[in-house]
Amino acid sequence: MIEVKNLQKSFGSKLAVDGISFTVKKGEVLGFLGPNGAGKSTTMRMVTGFLPATEGTISIGGSDVEADEIAAKSKIGYLPESAPLYSDMTVEAFLRFSAEMRGVPKGEIKDAVDKAIATTFLEKVRHQSIETLSKGFRHRTCFAQSIIHDPEVLILDEPTDGLDPNQKHEVRQLIKRMGKTKAIIFSTHILEEVEASCTRAVIIDRGKIIADGTPDQLKNKSKNAGSVVLRLNGVEKSVLTKEIEKLSEVKSTDPVTSLYGEEVALRVFPAKGKSEKLVSALSKVVAEKGGDLKELKMEQGRLDELFREITKSDNEE
Amino acid sequence: MEAFAVLLKDFAIPVLIVSAVFIVILQLLPREVRTIFKRELTSYFTSPIAYVLFVVFLLVSNGLTFFYLGILESGEASLYMPYFQYLPWYLVLIAPAVGMRLWSEEQRQGTLELLLTMPLSPWHGILGKFLAAAVVLFGMLVLSFPIVWTINYLGDPDNGVILSGFIATFFVSLCFLAVTSVISAMTRSQLVALLVSVFICLTLWLIGLPPIADFIMNITGPFEFLKPILQFFYSLGMMPHFTELAKGVLNIRDLVFFASFIVVCLIATSVVLRVKRA
Repeated sequence: MIEVKNLQKSFGSKLAVDGISFTVKKGEVLGFLGPNGAGKSTTMRMVTGFLPATEGTISIGGSDVEADEIAAKSKIGYLPESAPLYSDMTVEAFLRFSAEMRGVPKGEIKDAVDKAIATTFLEKVRHQSIETLSKGFRHRTCFAQSIIHDPEVLILDEPTDGLDPNQKHEVRQLIKRMGKTKAIIFSTHILEEVEASCTRAVIIDRGKIIADGTPDQLKNKSKNAGSVVLRLNGVEKSVLTKEIEKLSEVKSTDPVTSLYGEEVALRVFPAKGKSEKLVSALSKVVAEKGGDLKELKMEQGRLDELFREITKSDNEE
Repeated sequence: MEAFAVLLKDFAIPVLIVSAVFIVILQLLPREVRTIFKRELTSYFTSPIAYVLFVVFLLVSNGLTFFYLGILESGEASLYMPYFQYLPWYLVLIAPAVGMRLWSEEQRQGTLELLLTMPLSPWHGILGKFLAAAVVLFGMLVLSFPIVWTINYLGDPDNGVILSGFIATFFVSLCFLAVTSVISAMTRSQLVALLVSVFICLTLWLIGLPPIADFIMNITGPFEFLKPILQFFYSLGMMPHFTELAKGVLNIRDLVFFASFIVVCLIATSVVLRVKRA
C-alpha cells in the first residue's frame, strides 16, 4: 500500500531525512517513534505530498506521489501535527467541506459526515463553531476530517496529542480497529501507544531508521530484556554476587539501587542461550545461601529503554 | 419612476446577465474550484470583514462624491470627473483588504497543509479563492447604485459610459486583488500582506499619473540608465488603460492588458506556493 524508497529531504544544507525506506501493507499499523526533530513529521509530510522529496520515491497504492499526485492524494487521509482547521466554520460545515473536497459523492456526504462524527465522538459539538472548541475537540475534528472519505491509507501525526486519558484510549482502539482494513502510519512520543495499537514500529533518529520491528521484537532489543532482577534479605551482597557470577547461565551482574534500605538488589544478565534456565539456577543459589527472597522478576524489556539507549547520543550533544 | 425604469434597463439587466454568466461558468469549473469558492465566500460573510469593508467603501466612495466633491453642483451628467476617477484610489486600499487573508490566513492557521494534501491541483485553490474575493468586490460596486440613481434622477446621463466606468473600475480592482493574491501567498501575516500589497498597488497606480509618466519618458542625465526599467514599470501601470475604458472607449487592448495582468499574477501565486513548500 505505502512504499517508500530511499527518501531524502534537505532544508538548505541540513539533511532532515536521510535515506528512509519502508513499506506498509494493508492491515498494518506502523508506529513512528523518535525524538523531537528526528524527521518524523517531515517524512509524513512527504508521504502525503505536502513537501516535495529531495530524493527517493513514494508510492501510495501504486500511484507515485509526485508523478501521479492527485491519484495518490485521493487515497490518503491525513491528520497533520498541529490539527489545523478553518476556525470560522462549524464542525459539521468543515466536515462537509472536507468530504466534498475529497470527492465523496453528493448523495453520500451526509452519511459520511454522520459516520465520522459518530466515530470521533463529536455529536455534542456538531453545530458549534470551531473557534470555540477545546483542544481535544479540535483535534478530533481534524481526525474526523482524515477518515471522512474512508481512505485506504491513513497518515496520523501524533493523533492522541492533547487528548485526555480516556480519549487517548478510544483513539488507540480506533486506530487498531481501522488498521485491520487500512494501511496506517502514525507517529507518537508515547511508547505505550505503540504497544497498544501498532503491528510494527520504526524508531527514527536524525533522519534515519535505527530500529524496525514488531513492538515485541523491539522490546527484546533493549539492554535489560531477558535479565532477571532479584531482591532479597539475609545474604551479604558481595558473597551473593560472587556465587551468582560463577554460574554458567550468567553472563554478568549489575547492582540495582534498592528502595528498601537493607535489601540486596541485583540485576543478572543471562549468558547466551541460557535465559530459560536462569531463574531456576538463581533460586537454587539463593536457597543454598539461606537468603530470604522478596522478589524475582524477569524483565520483558521496555520500549522506552530501547528508545533511550539508541537515541541517547542526541541528548548528549 | 421613469428614471427607475431606465436604471433597470441600463444596469440591473447587465448585472443580472453578468451574474448568470458567472454562475454558469462556475458550474462548468471543476468541483474543487466550486467547493473552495463556496467556502471562501461564506467565510467572508461569517466574519465581520466583508461587512466592514462594504460599509467603509460605500461611505467613502459615495459619501465623498456627494458631500466633498460636489456632484450635485457640478451639473455634469457624467460620472467620470466626480466619481470614477477617484474610485481606484480607494480600491488601492480596499482590494488588498479583501484579498489579504486569501493565502496568509491558510498559512497562519496551518490549513494550507490540509488544502494541499487534498486531491486537487493548487490551481483549483488559487482560482476558487480569487473568484470568491472577486465576487465580494463585484458586490461592492453593485451596491454603489445610489450614485447612479442620483445622477439619473438629476439629469439624463449616458448610462453606457457609466457602465463602462464600472467595468473599468472592476478590472482595476481585480488587478489589485491579483497582486494581493501573490503577496498573501508569501506571508502568514495578513497585516504584512495588506501593507505590501497596498504599496505595490499604489505604485502601479501612481506610475500612470501624467506628471510621473512625463518624467519617466523624459529622463536624462546620470540616471538615464534607469529609463528602460522605469518604462517597464510604466507599461504595467493601470491608469492609462483605466482612463480610456472609464471614459467609455472600449478597447480590446486595454481588456487584454487587464486579463493578462491577472493571469500572470495568478501564475505567480502558484509559483510562490510551490517555492514555499520546497
